[in-house]
Amino acid sequence: MQTIKKGDWVRIHRVVLTPDQRAAKLPEETRQVPLEMWVTGTLREDNAAIGDDVSITTVTGRVVEGRLETVHPAYNHSFGAFVPELQAIRGELRDLMEEGGWHDLESKL
Amino acid sequence: MTSNRSYDQVMARRGEIMMKAVGIDYRRYESGSIAFDYERMMRETGYDLDEVRAIQSAVGVGNTSLLEMKRLTRLARQLAGEGRGARILVKDEAANPSGSFKARRAASAVFHARKLGFKGVIAATSGNYGAAVASQAAMQGLNCIIVQECYDSRGIGQPEILEKARKCEALGAEVVQLTVGPELFYIFLLLLEETGYFNASLYTPFGVGGVETLGFELVEQVRARFGREPDVVVCTHAGGGNLTGTARGILKAGASATRVVGASVNLEGLHMASDCHFNRKSFTTGHTGFGIPFAVWPDRSDVPRSAARPLRYMDRYVTVNQGEVFYMTEVLASLEGLEKGPAGNTSLAAAFALAQEMDRDQCLVVQETEYTGAGKHLNAQLSFARRNGIEVRFGDPEEEVPGQSIILPEHPRQIRAREVDLDHMRRSLIRNALASVDHPPTEADLEFLAQETRTDKKFVMEAL
Repeated sequence: MQTIKKGDWVRIHRVVLTPDQRAAKLPEETRQVPLEMWVTGTLREDNAAIGDDVSITTVTGRVVEGRLETVHPAYNHSFGAFVPELQAIRGELRDLMEEGGWHDLESKL
Repeated sequence: MTSNRSYDQVMARRGEIMMKAVGIDYRRYESGSIAFDYERMMRETGYDLDEVRAIQSAVGVGNTSLLEMKRLTRLARQLAGEGRGARILVKDEAANPSGSFKARRAASAVFHARKLGFKGVIAATSGNYGAAVASQAAMQGLNCIIVQECYDSRGIGQPEILEKARKCEALGAEVVQLTVGPELFYIFLLLLEETGYFNASLYTPFGVGGVETLGFELVEQVRARFGREPDVVVCTHAGGGNLTGTARGILKAGASATRVVGASVNLEGLHMASDCHFNRKSFTTGHTGFGIPFAVWPDRSDVPRSAARPLRYMDRYVTVNQGEVFYMTEVLASLEGLEKGPAGNTSLAAAFALAQEMDRDQCLVVQETEYTGAGKHLNAQLSFARRNGIEVRFGDPEEEVPGQSIILPEHPRQIRAREVDLDHMRRSLIRNALASVDHPPTEADLEFLAQETRTDKKFVMEAL
């Protein structure tokens, strides 16, 4: 099992409000689940493992406690999968411009 | 959790926490009833236009280009009737340091925080404002915390918000990410109390005053290039600060005949506090889920009295559908070579339809663009929507059902701006205001409500 060192950049997770502590006026599906929080920072304890209760120091110097979730968290958001409709729109716009004789008339704009 | 950090106890301290964190004693402007002195608050607590221009100029914010959309205008004219099709101009706000007009709001707010001696700033935002505050805090040497509503209860993050978190962290900010729920405000208050940082709210006079330069600049630019004033300015409308600040700037430039149109993406039927609906929307801002509630009750914001009061300035309010905005985002890239948005292109989609109602010699300004990137990009949003079971297809945009489908127009002629009944919204504002007090409105309240809704006392009385 990977041991995570003091000073490593990690993400922690904690429940900040359990369902019964949540605000009164909420849609049912939201009221049934806890309010959860994620914060990143440097680990303050040595030899920790994923799932341990730990504390971190954030970039603003705050100390936050929570459950160790990820070490060296990566950004995984992307441009997504191929969307054929967008390719089709590009083609249609080119056709529209050609039909309208746009390329010959640019100077008249 | 110690007892004085409980939800109820922290919420009960909100007034006290806010007063320290904003540095404004809002009681100075209160009448004790519905009315408060809006203009005096703006004058005394903000900066005047020249001061804001100087603050922004020192950090490279503002003075963005006004781009003429020659090919887009041509397409609009091709579809419009004889003699129709106003010239479409776009203010390239993506050129600001943080990639959106929000840098204007952040520049003056962070400047003010530093002047008051705060060591850091906090903003509660899942939008471009986070990056703007982070960027300005980095430039002006303050710490920064951004609080985001980011994940649903399955731990799935909205890709646009994940991208904004990345950008904030790249700019040196601490990002606190939460699951869905209005209790974000509770965490925000706890952080303000713990750190003693400044609340860089979007809704202070500094924030909204920061947008006035945008309206002022665009009038100056249109005058210089075309020898006239803009006939229409279209603003993407969510919390109200964009429209309010822009309209005030337009008035300060003396263009009192320019009509200001708000535009939002229609997300009717989706509840903003719903864990299930959270990832079924493809727009995290610029939509009716903020646009309508913030217009009819501006003081729902994170400060006691919001400086953003859009119904004072809005001449017209229209909605467009998600599929239409995505389509126009592609048009902007294909025809004008500008890859931006998509959320910031809400006003562009509306403008494309509105320009076709206008005469050829008129001119219409879309007052913003925003940066794009992984997560934000329309390709990322459409493929995320599809993965979440949203039907994405070509068809008649009228058939789109928010949360269930995204209908891309089959032809640009299908793009429409749908009218929202402003009088209905004005009456809602009046009723909401009345419900906030336990006595009949005073004479001053009636006058105030007429100003709030840009109507007269007769309209207010009838709405009561």
